[in-house]
Formats: sequence, C-alpha cells, structure tokens
Amino acid sequence: MNEKGKDMILSIGASLVCIIIGLFVGFLILCCINSGNAMDGFQRILKGGFYLKPKGIGSEITQAAPLIMTGLSVAFAFKTGLFNIGAAGQYTVGIFGALYSAIILGMPWYVCLLAAMFCGAVWGALPGIFKAYFNVNEVITSIMFNWIGLYLVNELLYTGFHGAMYDQKTTRTYKLSAAAPQALIPDGGLNAIFKTSSTTIAIFLAVIIAIIMYIILNRTTFGYELKACGFNKDAARYAGINEKRNIILSMTIAGALAGIGAGLYFLSGASEWNPQVATALPAIGFNGIPVALLAMSNPIGVVFSAIFVSHVSVGGAYLPTKYFQPEIADLIVAVIIYLCAFVMLFKGVALNLFKRKNKEGK
Amino acid sequence: MILLIKYTLLYAVVLMLVALGGMFSERSGVINIALEGIMTIGGLAGVFVLSLFGGTVSGPVLVAFAVLASVASGMVYSLLLAFSAITLKADQTIGGTALNMLATAIAIVAVKAFNNSSASGNGAASAKLTYDNGPFIYSVGPITINIFLILGVILLVCSSVFLFKTKWGLRLRACGEHPQAADSVGINVYHWRYAGVVISGALGGLGGLAYIVPSVSTWNFEVGVAGAGFLALAVMIFGQWKPYRIAGAAVFFAVFKSLSNIADSTVLASFGLSKNIYSMMPFIASMIILAFTSKNSRAPKAEGIPYDKGAR
Repeated sequence: MNEKGKDMILSIGASLVCIIIGLFVGFLILCCINSGNAMDGFQRILKGGFYLKPKGIGSEITQAAPLIMTGLSVAFAFKTGLFNIGAAGQYTVGIFGALYSAIILGMPWYVCLLAAMFCGAVWGALPGIFKAYFNVNEVITSIMFNWIGLYLVNELLYTGFHGAMYDQKTTRTYKLSAAAPQALIPDGGLNAIFKTSSTTIAIFLAVIIAIIMYIILNRTTFGYELKACGFNKDAARYAGINEKRNIILSMTIAGALAGIGAGLYFLSGASEWNPQVATALPAIGFNGIPVALLAMSNPIGVVFSAIFVSHVSVGGAYLPTKYFQPEIADLIVAVIIYLCAFVMLFKGVALNLFKRKNKEGK
Repeated sequence: MILLIKYTLLYAVVLMLVALGGMFSERSGVINIALEGIMTIGGLAGVFVLSLFGGTVSGPVLVAFAVLASVASGMVYSLLLAFSAITLKADQTIGGTALNMLATAIAIVAVKAFNNSSASGNGAASAKLTYDNGPFIYSVGPITINIFLILGVILLVCSSVFLFKTKWGLRLRACGEHPQAADSVGINVYHWRYAGVVISGALGGLGGLAYIVPSVSTWNFEVGVAGAGFLALAVMIFGQWKPYRIAGAAVFFAVFKSLSNIADSTVLASFGLSKNIYSMMPFIASMIILAFTSKNSRAPKAEGIPYDKGAR
C-alpha cells in the first residue's frame, strides 16, 4: 500500500476512535441520568433517523444538507490555514439573504440561494479583511461577527421592512410554503418517498458542491495557492503569492459556503426563524466544526461526517423526553470535537507503531 | 444615570475577573478560548448551590458555598483544556471551542435533568433555574453593591502583585515568553502552564457566577453566558495582558454592554433604536478597538505554541 492510502486509512481510523469514545461517554451520561432506560435511549441515538422510518430518514437528510455546507466552510478554511469559527454567523446572515429575497423580493429559489451565498460571503470576508490588513486573529473576529450578525438578523427580520417578514401569529418568519412557494427548493419526489414536507434536492446540491470544492482544492492552481498560504505564509509570499488577497478570498469562500447552507435549509422550508427567542447562534453553524474535524478537512469526507452528525442529532430528538434531554446528542458531538483536538496524537502513535514494525521486519 | 453606573459596575467586574483569568492562562503560554465555557460551568455550579441550599443556611455561608463551588468547578473544567493543550499538545483553539460547546450542552442537560426529577418527572422540563440573589447584594445609598465588586478589587490587586512582584509571577511569565529559556534554568514549563490555566479556570468560574447571579433571579442555561467570555477575551487584548489596563478596558466595555440593559427605561429609548442595536454595540466596539490595537500588540510571545521539550 502506498503512503497516501495508509495515511487515509489512519485518518479514518482515528476519526472512528473519536466517534466510539464519544458515543461511549454519551452512554455513560444516559446511565447517570436514568440507568433503567439507558439502553433504550442509546439504541435510539444509534438508530438515528432509522428509528422512525421513513420520516426520520427524511429529516436526517434535510439536516445533513446544511451541515455538509457549514462543514465544508470550516474545512475549506482549515485547508488554507484559517479557523473559521464564524460559520454560525455567516449561516445566520445567509438566512436573512434567503428569506429577504424569498419573501420581500419574491424571487425563485435559485436566486434566493445565490442571495444567501452572497450574504454569507460578505460576512466571511469581513474577518478576512481584519486578518489581512489589521492583523487581528480571525478566531476572535469571527466570534465577534457571529454575535453582531445574530443581533443584526434578529433586528432585520423582526422590525426591518416594516415587519414584512415577521408573522405575529406564529412569532416566527412567514412560512415559505404559504408566503413564497416559488422560493422553495424543488423536492424531486423525495417528500413523497420519506413522507416529510421538507426533504428536497438540497442534499444533492450539497454533495455536488462538496465535489467541486474537492476539485478546486486538489486539482487547480488557485486551490494550490490557497493551501500554500495555509502551510507557510512566508514561503507563499516568497513564491510570489499575494497572501493578503488569498486570506480574504479563503474567508469569503468559506462564508459563501456557510451562506449556501442556510439557504439550503431554510429554502427547503425546514424551519422558520424566531427573531424574538433566538438569543443563541444556530447549532448547525457550530456543528460544522466537528464535521470538518472528523473528515480531516477532506471535502468528500465532510459529506459522510455531516451525515453522521445529523444522524446522532436526529437520534437525540427521538429520546423520550420523560427521561432524557435531546441536548445529550449535542453533548456527544462536543465530546467528539474535544477528542478530535488530539486526533493527530492518535495518528502519530499509530504511525510510530507502523514504522517500528517496518524496522523490525527489515 | 444611576442605572447606568449600576450595570456598568456589574459587568465591569465580570469582564475584569474573566479577562484576568485569560491573562494568567495566556501569560503562561496557553490561549484560553474556553473562557465562555468555563464561565458557564462555574455559573452552573454556583447557581445549583444557591437553588439547592437557598433558605436552609444563613446568607454569608450560602455566598461562600456558591463562590467556592463556582471557583472549584471552573478549575476542574479548565483542567480539561490544560490536559489537551499541554499534556497532549493538541490545537488550543479547537480544544477550547469544543469545551465551549460541551459546557452549554452539559449545563442544559444537567438543569433539565434536575428540573425533571424535581417536577415529578412529567418531561418537557425547561433549562431555567430560579434562585434568591439577596445575600449577594448590599445597598449603599442609592447604589446597590454586590459582593463580587469587593472580591474583584481584591483579586485585581492580588493578580498584579503576583504577576509582577513575586518570583512565581516571573516564572509564569517566562513560560509564556520563552519556555525554552525558562526550562534551561530549571523551571518546569508544563507545571507552570497547568498553573496558569487552572488559575484562569478559577477566575473564569467566579466570573460566570458574577455574571449570572447579581442581575437576575432566574437564568436560562440554553444561552450559556451569551458571549460574555468572548468579550472578556477582547478586554484582555485591549488591556494588553496587564492587570490594571485590563480593569480599565473592562469598565470601558461594560459601559457599552450596559446600554442594552437600560435601553428601554431611560432617555435612550427616545432615540427609537431597538435593543438589538444596543446589544451589538460592545461587539462592534471591540472590533474597532482590536483593529487599531492589534498591530502593536504585546501578546506573550510563545502563546498558542505547545511546548515540546525535545524541540529546538
């Protein structure tokens, strides 16, 4: 087996170790809360959407599409040496872009999706500009812009444009199926298969974008330049690459990806935004981080890890609320990221073992 | 005006405590982005003590218990960061982010499980805890002063003396500036970095309690501490990792932060801006300030770089 293949198998193995330990911790917590029903609860998490076929699978797919996008957003930034913790904020601003062009402008869905992408891109570019020209760490900037974006979107969706997007009756933004049916992403018959109302072709769009990202990063000069900046900024500048421009471009693309994620989710009619209660940033944005880490920032891997994270959180929603809290799924995901932080260590240990074996063999 | 002073003092103490915590961690060489999560856990532990023992023991004892619980839990939680960042040499930002997410999840699960068991298990419990914050607050004339203000001033002076006037402070700073040099004169870098992170856990945990308890008597843990930990990081950078400058920066940020609290009830309401706009203010202010101060920032040189004894 060649080096590259070995490395890939090790990466997948390390991610699987993280997942198994994370699930085990989740099981322990279930036992602590209610040991009698822990086994049942754990099975529901493992089964995920399959617990309630076919509806559960449908909602798992609906959830996976935006997760693939936020995962791609974080992964793309990682590949170029940046940590985009701002996917949540870019996602939130993307929601505004999608809903504004859907409800106020009455645009068809693909235009709304582009609007979401554009808004996300702007929100991603800002931390990039701060990083490139003012030398402010992109982590801090992204976090600040997360909160600014959240309050801004709350304000715009609630009172903006004379409250035209806010439905007083449901205390949420207007349902797209009633207010702007032209803005819904076509379902391609998926809703009928899964007996749901919001399973659309969004998942296919997300997978196609993942493949495009893979090609850009691995097969184009542009992607190579961006990655070179990530590996070594000074060397990249020495080689004649404009690293300031590339930092901003990376963050803009990362933001655009997160924005598309918001478009895919909200234009599927999966949810409405509640500007009065939304005092926390959307979890889909932050869950892009574990998705990217589990996939080792590989765009194709992101598709699979997003489906896994969506699987666990849908499973969490099926926990019997009498005994357990659906947030246990978040807890498992958080434990997995904590473990991902030293996934490199697992890999290093495994590589050393391989090397030692090879030496002994010789 | 009095309302503005009241909230400014309230938030200034919180931001200062947590930023001082961040300072200790970063001075020892570890970026502590988990402050938000540490605050949540500290606040959670303290509030649990309040709602469990509230009314059964006398006021000062209750206060002492709650403060100890929040400090201790903050220290324990920060050990998770120290373990991944120092012992395992993992990426400090990712580890910290994980701990932030973990903290909110733990808080929601714990509070809901607690409410569920006390409300005879009918499910659908909320993530809110109610408590009595009376023992924490004293009135002096027209202004109410909470216990954390006094604690904060004491800790500020202690931090400054510790960091710049004792040999331990010098060792801690050496680990953040040039760990190899520190190691060469027999200072155990790993131990001092652990110490720095754990001190930041103690201050962060206390800050979490100080953020939640004095202002309201019910807290919904679904929001964690709503970004206060991240603001504290900005305060720390603006304060250039120096205790007294941090205190000044905290007051400055606290003014912006209190604007959203008093927006509805004072002259500010006549501007016709909504609460969301004022909520944005501290974050926008911190962005502008960071843009102007980061160019000549005096950050500890070795922060964020895991110390590897074998590396040259």
